[in-house]
Amino acid sequence: MRVNTLRIGAAIAACAMLTLTACGSDDEGGSSSGSGGGEVEVFTWWAEGSEKAGLDALVKVFDEQHPDQKFVNGAVAGGAGSDAKNVLASRLQTNDPPDTFQAHAGAELTDYINNGQIEDLSSMYEDEGWNDVFPQALLDRLTSDGKIYSVPSNIHRANVVWANTQVLEDAGLDPKATYDSMDDWFAALDKVEAAGKIPLSIATDWTQVNLLETVLIADLGAEGYNGLWDGSTDWAGSEVGDALDDYAKLFSYTNKDRQSLDWPDATQLVIDGDAAFNVMGDWAVAAFDEQKKVLDKDYVAFPVPGNDGIFDFLADSFVLPVGAPNPDGTEAWLQTVASAEGQEAFNAAKGSIPANTEADTSSFGPYQQTAIEDYAQDEIVSSLAHGAAAPIAWLTDITSAVAKFGANQDVDELQDGLAEAAEKNAQ
Amino acid sequence: MRHWRRWLPGLLLVLPSLVLVGIFVYGLIASNIHTSMTDQHTRVEEGGFVGLQNYRDLFGDEDFRYSLRNLVLYTVTFLVGTLAIGFMWAWLLERRLKGEGFFRAVYLFPMAVSFVASGVVWRWLLNSAEGDRASGLNRLFEGIGLGFLQNPWWTDPDWGILAIAVPAIWQLSGYVMALFLAGFRGIPDELREAARIDGASEWQLYRHVIFPQLSPVALSAVIIVGHMSLKVFDLIMSISGQTNYTTKVPAIDMWVEFSAGDYATSAAIATVLLAIVAVLVVPYLVYTFRQERQR
Repeated sequence: MRVNTLRIGAAIAACAMLTLTACGSDDEGGSSSGSGGGEVEVFTWWAEGSEKAGLDALVKVFDEQHPDQKFVNGAVAGGAGSDAKNVLASRLQTNDPPDTFQAHAGAELTDYINNGQIEDLSSMYEDEGWNDVFPQALLDRLTSDGKIYSVPSNIHRANVVWANTQVLEDAGLDPKATYDSMDDWFAALDKVEAAGKIPLSIATDWTQVNLLETVLIADLGAEGYNGLWDGSTDWAGSEVGDALDDYAKLFSYTNKDRQSLDWPDATQLVIDGDAAFNVMGDWAVAAFDEQKKVLDKDYVAFPVPGNDGIFDFLADSFVLPVGAPNPDGTEAWLQTVASAEGQEAFNAAKGSIPANTEADTSSFGPYQQTAIEDYAQDEIVSSLAHGAAAPIAWLTDITSAVAKFGANQDVDELQDGLAEAAEKNAQ
Repeated sequence: MRHWRRWLPGLLLVLPSLVLVGIFVYGLIASNIHTSMTDQHTRVEEGGFVGLQNYRDLFGDEDFRYSLRNLVLYTVTFLVGTLAIGFMWAWLLERRLKGEGFFRAVYLFPMAVSFVASGVVWRWLLNSAEGDRASGLNRLFEGIGLGFLQNPWWTDPDWGILAIAVPAIWQLSGYVMALFLAGFRGIPDELREAARIDGASEWQLYRHVIFPQLSPVALSAVIIVGHMSLKVFDLIMSISGQTNYTTKVPAIDMWVEFSAGDYATSAAIATVLLAIVAVLVVPYLVYTFRQERQR
């Protein structure tokens, strides 16, 4: 018995030693890969589904464009990116950065910038001529204090309504109709409710934040919405209050089991004809495509009422971390990400649209064509629910307030919570 | 002196674990408490010393008090539920029923399932949809004509947390049963016979002979189930997720704040949790320590 315990103890000690030495050698491996050719570790949370397919397509282009560099997949799966972000944070703190990592473009980068963990890429933008291939409106949203820190790989739109044509017709509505304001939309929602279907399907808390941001855009306009993030619009003011009343009214049309669902379930309610409308980002188009639904025949997609001419964007992007082991490799990767070929391959597989306006999009699907058109001419604002508008800590506080509203449906408390979050997090 | 021969080998043998526990348990607790007294609210800054400010903020925050309230409700329900059901099963099996081994295995079995795995199933069973779109338990109630029993389960803002206790009770009752069963079996038959000869009624037998013998078992069960309950995290994460308001508990808050990069607040919540668990566990340790000394 005693011998056994000793042995186990020795084995555990040996394992501990091994782990320690393993960590040590890891570090050395990271720093020894020098300039010129080498390995490029790309850290993402694209580990499955269409995201993985997009990454694979991008890597293929990368191998063609930069045969001397070797792609190393550093993907961390789980938690819609939150697991990856925690891993990344600890790696950055111990000065062991990957060669490049994925981050939502915009305010989500704020912490890394303030902490001096990622490099300014402005000169690279000039050298490569990227200032001309990305739309100015997007560049404006990416710029922080006159500098740009990331290269966008793809664009999604968050303010889209998806609707089932059959359900609309059964409720006596014209599927082709568009709604100029929230009030017009309420009238349509009332009709669906009278017809016995779920007027507006929604899922768990983050999709509620997504809905809230589109209501804020509708009622405050692009300028007022942008003002929420720089302090020029008052969260505690009556304009936001009115928008929250509209949100509460929309909320009353939603399905009661929302907390048990995630976005695919809510979109599925529309696809199956149980619900009329759903507000979701345009990755939802993949769900319709997979089930062979045809745009304008089986379903319609249009900007959230009151959001006409406004493109609520989110983008994934890549950065150059300070102290990256192989900065030449990182630059090579960023060049591929920004290139027309890279964006074409990646976005065709992922179902998003290219940020680079020179990419050839003739083979893209019908919904994507309309999104590309809108992206070129609309005013672009940053999505809140997806990290473009506010830093993670602020988004977390807003999500808490919205989740609380989902439970108790108290509009005043929601506004207090949002105002408090703004006060705590606004710089 | 020759004394060192007596204690030195022993000390050398326990030294590695003393050092490891010292660093990785107590050292990290100290480091955590230190972080909780700084203002490191983002991943960026190092943070300066602010004393107990984070704790004041936490207890001043209505949402954190709601989390604590949820934790108390959950723990009480979980404890009472597992103890009552576990005791009842043990009491039934103790009467040497036919097929005792079978029932024992059936009742113990849920404990073999991890909280995450059972959480995924219970997420479906406790679906809050009612009426036509009901699924899980609500569907069952509707199907057998007990439609009035349908309820929103864990999405209810006042009592939602109690729905989380249902799967927890289901999983741990068997374990408590096993503890009590061992306790029952540890009581010599002579004691019962002696009581019966002295003319004790069945109730008196239980009240004055069996229960006192079982109290150490009950105490162990309370400690084990209680500290599991205070640390509940995996079950809630897999049933309702980290952002859901109605099932907030401090462990979930700790994770959310940590993921948002608010290390100081996260550390403060961790310290509060540690203190709560200590309140439960330390008296128990002192009690068992004294008991062992008396022997």
